Amino acid sequence: MFPKGTKRKFSDSGDEPAAGDEDVNQPSSVAVRMLSSYSLQRQSLLDMSLIKLQLCHMLVEPNLCRSVLIANTVRQIQEEMTQDGTWQIMTQALSAANAAAQCSADRLVATEVLCRQTEGGVTMSTVSPQAPTSYLPGTFGMDPCWEEENGEDEEEDEDSEECGSGSEEGDSDRLVEDSRTAEQVFGTFEIKNPAPSPDPALEELFSDVDASYYDLDTVLTGMQSAPKMGPYDLLESLSSHGPSPLSSSTSCRSDLNELDHIMEIIVGS
Amino acid sequence: MLNPIQVLCSDITSLSLEPEPFASYTEADIISTVEFNHTGELLATGDKGGRVVIFQREPECKTEPYSQGEYNVYSTFQSHEPEFDYLKSLEIEEKINKIRWLPQQNAAHFLLSTNDKTIKLWKVSERDKRPEGYNLKDEEGRIKDLSTVTSLQVPVLKPMDLMVEVSPRRVFANAHTYHVNSISVNSDHETYMSADDLRINLWHLGITDRSFNIVDIKPVNMEDLTEVITAAEFHPHHCNLLVYSSSKGTLRLCDMREAALCDKHSKLFEEPEDPSNRSFFSEIISSVSDVKFSHSGRYLLTRDYLTAKVWDLNMENKPLEIYQVHDYLRSKLCSLYENDCIFDKFECAWNGSDSVIMTGAYNNFFRMFDRNTKRDVTLEASRESSKPRAVLKPRRVCQGGKRRKDDISVDSLDFTKKILHTAWHPTENIIAIAATNNLYIFQDKFN
Repeated sequence: MFPKGTKRKFSDSGDEPAAGDEDVNQPSSVAVRMLSSYSLQRQSLLDMSLIKLQLCHMLVEPNLCRSVLIANTVRQIQEEMTQDGTWQIMTQALSAANAAAQCSADRLVATEVLCRQTEGGVTMSTVSPQAPTSYLPGTFGMDPCWEEENGEDEEEDEDSEECGSGSEEGDSDRLVEDSRTAEQVFGTFEIKNPAPSPDPALEELFSDVDASYYDLDTVLTGMQSAPKMGPYDLLESLSSHGPSPLSSSTSCRSDLNELDHIMEIIVGS
Repeated sequence: MLNPIQVLCSDITSLSLEPEPFASYTEADIISTVEFNHTGELLATGDKGGRVVIFQREPECKTEPYSQGEYNVYSTFQSHEPEFDYLKSLEIEEKINKIRWLPQQNAAHFLLSTNDKTIKLWKVSERDKRPEGYNLKDEEGRIKDLSTVTSLQVPVLKPMDLMVEVSPRRVFANAHTYHVNSISVNSDHETYMSADDLRINLWHLGITDRSFNIVDIKPVNMEDLTEVITAAEFHPHHCNLLVYSSSKGTLRLCDMREAALCDKHSKLFEEPEDPSNRSFFSEIISSVSDVKFSHSGRYLLTRDYLTAKVWDLNMENKPLEIYQVHDYLRSKLCSLYENDCIFDKFECAWNGSDSVIMTGAYNNFFRMFDRNTKRDVTLEASRESSKPRAVLKPRRVCQGGKRRKDDISVDSLDFTKKILHTAWHPTENIIAIAATNNLYIFQDKFN
C-alpha cells in the first residue's frame, strides 16, 4: 500500500532533511536522496502512474480521459524531478548501470509510448543515439521531438559509446531512424535500481515489477490507432502513423527476452 | 423545501433478479444512466448490458393518498449490442452512456440512447386497441376460405391489453472516433449534439448519414494531447449556445452563430488554482465530470472530484458557489489514485426551481445542497434504510474528533458503492438514485 498522498506545498522542501539539498550534486548521495520521504512518495507515484498507463484493458479501448490525466501527472512529476535535479542524478546512475548492459537495436520498438527523454538515454533502449535530449512531455504519437539540451557533454559521449558498442547491426543510420520513434518506458525500473547496490527496502518495494511493464506500447498504441478509418476520418487516417496493436505486441515479445536478460544482470549484481 | 428532510421511499430494484440484500448481480445490471423525461412521467435507465428500462409514474390515486404516483416498469428493451471493431481488434462496449428524452410532440415518446460509438433514436408508443372483424382474415390472422364469406363487415377497433412498443427509428453511427460521453437535445427540437473525448458533432434528428463537426480539440500530433472533453450540453433556451467541460477543469461556452467550427470559445469559465492546495493530483481532481445548465439557463452546475460548483454565465473568472461534497477525501487522494476511484465520474442535478443541487458520493451516499439556505444533507440509498414509506435519516461522515452515534468514519467508507448517476424530476421533489444495480426513487411526502 502506497503511503497516503501528502499535499505538496508550493514552496516545499520541508519534507527533506537539509542535508539532502546540500548533497544533491553528489552521486554518492543518490540513495540518501531517494530515500527521503517526499522523493520516495513522488517516485512511487510516478511508478504507479506508469503501471496504470500500461495495465489498461486490452479488450476494450482504454479510457482516453483517464490516460491523459495519468500522463499529465507523470509529466508533472518528471518536470519537477528535472527541476530539482533529481532527474539528472538518476540518469547518471542509470547510464552507468546501462553501460554494462547489452543493448540492441531490436529493442527500439516503433511504438507510441509515454516518452521519457533523458540526458543519458537512460531507458532500456539506450541505443538511441540522440543524446542529449531534454525531457519532452509525454507522447501519444510516434515522433517525440528531440531537443538539444545545454551541457551534459559527458552524457553525450557516454551514450554514443554505448551506442557504438551496443549496435549489433552496426548501422548508425538505422539507429537514428529507430530512435526517432518513441522509447519504451523501461526507465522506471532502472531508476529504482541504480548500479550501486540498492537498498534492500527499495528492492523489496519494487520487487513486483515484472515483464508486463513492457506491454505499455500495446496499450498506448491502441489509443493512437484510435483515429480509425471512419468515413469522416479518412484523411486523418491516411496521415495517422500508428502501427497496429498486433505488430507492436510481436516486437514487444522479442524485447521481453532481451529485457529479462538485462533485468537479471541488474538485479543479480 | 429541504426542511424537514423527509422523503418517502419506494424502493425499486428492477434490474436485479433476486431482491435479497446479498444477491449477486452481474456486471451487465449496473445502471449507467438515469433520466426523467420532460414531464417527469417517464424515467429511463440504461445499464452496462445495453438495456434500457423505462418506468412510468402511476396516476395518483385519491383513495390512497400515500400511493402518490409510484413508478412501475413501463417497458424494457435492448438498445445496444456489444460490437467488435475488426480494424482495431477492440470491443465496443454496449454500455449505455447517456439517455436523453426528446420533448413530446405527439402520443409517442422518443428518446436518444448512446453507447461509446453509436446513438440511436427510439420511439416508444402505446397500443391499446386493435382492429377486429377483418373480412379476409380470421381472428388468428389466417386467410379465410372465401366461400364462407357471405357478408361484408367494417373492422372496428376494440380495446386490448396495453402494449408498449419500442422501435428504433434512427441509428446515428460512424461519426465518433473516440468515446461518446454526452448527448444533448437542442431547444429547437430538431437538432442534437453528441460529444466524444475530442470532438462534438451536431446532428439533425432526421438525418443519419451526415453530421457537422462543431468542436474539435484534437491536436495535430496526438503526443501534444493534454486535455479532453468530458461533458457537453446545449443551453435550455438558446439554440445557438452550448457548453462543454474539459479534463483541466475549464468550461467553454460556444456560440454556433460565430463560426461553423466553434473551436474558439465565447466564454471561458475557469477558477484560478489555489496554490496552497496544489498537489500532483490537482489536475485530476479539477477535471469536470458533469455539467448541467440550470432550468433557467442562467447558471451552470459542474461536478469535479471533490466539489460541486455553480457558475453564473455572466461571470467567467470564478464560480458563484462552491459546495464541498466530500472534502474528507482530500487527504486520501493518493490511495484513491491507486485504486482508480479518483477517476470516478459523478453526475450532478438541479431541482425544478434551481434552488437545490444534488450529487452522489461513496458508500451509497448522496448529497443535496440548498442554495438559498446554504443547508446541506447527506442521505444514503440502501435497502436497510429505505423501507417503503420510511423517512430517510441524514448521515454524517466523521473524520475523527467527536463522533456521534451512527456516524461513519472516513476509513469505513465503501468505495465500491458509488452513486454516480442521479436525476431530479423536472418539477416535483422526486429523485432517482442509481446505486450500482439498484434504482431508488425517493419522493417528498409534502408534495
